[in-house]
Amino acid sequence: MIEREKLSNPKAATKTLFYMVLILFSFFMIIPFLWMISTSLKLNQYVLSIPPRLIPEKITITNYLRLTEIFPMTRIVFNSLFVAVTMTTGQVFVSSMAAYAFARMKFRGKSAIFLLYLATLMIPFQVIITPLFILMRYLRWTNTYQALIFPGIFNAFGTFLLRQFLLPLPRDLEESAFLDGANHFMVYWRIILPLAKPALATLAVLAYMEAWNSFLWPLMVIRDTGRMTLPVGLATLHGRYLTEWNLVMAGAVITVVPMIIVFLLAQKYFVKGIAQSGLKQ
Amino acid sequence: MIVGEKGIRKHLWIAVFLLPSLIGLGLFKLLPILCSMVLTLFRWDLLTPPQFVFMQNFNNLIADEVFWSSLAHTLYYIAGYVPMVIVVGLALALVMNQRLKGVVIFRTAYFIPVVSSWAAVALLWKWIFNPRFGLLNYILGLIGIYGPSWIFDPLWAMPAIIITSVWKDLGFIMTLFLAGLQGIPEIYYDAASIDGAGSVRKFFAVTVPLLSPTTFFALTISLIHSFQVFDQVWIMTQGGPAGATAVLVEQIYKNATAYNRMGYASALSWVLFLLVFSVTGLQMIIQRKWVHYD
Repeated sequence: MIEREKLSNPKAATKTLFYMVLILFSFFMIIPFLWMISTSLKLNQYVLSIPPRLIPEKITITNYLRLTEIFPMTRIVFNSLFVAVTMTTGQVFVSSMAAYAFARMKFRGKSAIFLLYLATLMIPFQVIITPLFILMRYLRWTNTYQALIFPGIFNAFGTFLLRQFLLPLPRDLEESAFLDGANHFMVYWRIILPLAKPALATLAVLAYMEAWNSFLWPLMVIRDTGRMTLPVGLATLHGRYLTEWNLVMAGAVITVVPMIIVFLLAQKYFVKGIAQSGLKQ
Repeated sequence: MIVGEKGIRKHLWIAVFLLPSLIGLGLFKLLPILCSMVLTLFRWDLLTPPQFVFMQNFNNLIADEVFWSSLAHTLYYIAGYVPMVIVVGLALALVMNQRLKGVVIFRTAYFIPVVSSWAAVALLWKWIFNPRFGLLNYILGLIGIYGPSWIFDPLWAMPAIIITSVWKDLGFIMTLFLAGLQGIPEIYYDAASIDGAGSVRKFFAVTVPLLSPTTFFALTISLIHSFQVFDQVWIMTQGGPAGATAVLVEQIYKNATAYNRMGYASALSWVLFLLVFSVTGLQMIIQRKWVHYD
């Protein structure tokens, strides 16, 4: 026990050193965000100032108001919310159904089909974007929500993650339900899904983050600002107002804050999901 | 096989559960993967009918200077980004693993860039890197350094992108290492102490080998991700200045959307796949020499 204490309680001097390292890095991590917020609250004439000031001379929310006037910002925020919510719901639903089939049902060719799912995980998204882009043009889906939502819903990763979670659950749970005359959907909905809540939450936050932050795919299929989600909208805004960093940073704040709020609320699932899967934006 | 009423019903249920996913995956993943393979053999601008050219796309690729320079820039990015994010991420995880009060707050702070959109982060750093009005050159000026033009300077554009990427992913790599460190049973440290090992010796005899599966995972993941680098490059430099930061995925994007060279874009994407695949495979082989699973 004495040894253990030595390990977990470094001496005061080392402790101070560790804290200094952590605080120094916190500055490195946090100051850019403060700079983002501060710039977004500055008036035009104070943005390009020498020396730059972290605390604005005069705080204003004009930039945020202007964004809604000169740019379809409200619409873009709505698009982001709509796409992220439908894509997350769709992915969780479709993946959990397939995971139920793979983990709780017996059928011929199951392992072969599952192997096919796993194989798609090895192919980087960049490999499929060219044909997918052509497919969108043939379906006349460019500049539509479908183009943003559907390719993201069908994802072997979600099926894999949930199957791994469902596989070890004991069989007797559903067997007694089947004896009572329940069908597969009732078992899936009332017994399996409630048990899988932690795994569903992990998948949901990962899917939500992917949908919210996705850039390359929306950049390819959306040209019309009225259909853009925040990241591509933000890049477009920057393209139009190159030097108006106060405006661009206001857009950046609007882009990151909703995601950060979701992260703070569901931190546990983010950290677990990201650490397990190595998925990130 | 006799399929009774029960058998039909059973298959019906399997279809209900599996088909939505299978059809979707088939249409939006498997079909594009197959099409992408076939497309590498064709020249197609989407306006005129596709032309079978067999290996011509790959021949063009090998002869294309832009391809080689974008490969070189991607490797440059990897050579800067991967070691830096792994070393700093591990160092931070080691500090965090000491049971200090308030560590959770630091962990949260470091993790915020990970969940933030690349578009916002890249624009933020583009602004920080602004040669005249940006925060960084101002701070450098305070300590007497005259900062470079960063993303406007072919020499400094890639380092700027690397710094930005390390900043964004540091919390991610740190989280991986922290989970790995917390998974090392205390018993090994106790045993090392009984044998009279000091903290440096403990680090190399216990932490390093027992953490090696995590190190392997972090290394593999960050390598795979960095081959696919695009968002930050597109937003910060669009491959410039003077092509100094043109990377592979940016070439795929440009060929597919701007130049309408579908076959060539597909060929590029399979080269990317082969690179990622062989580097991962190579790592799998090398890991047998240094990764310890107990």
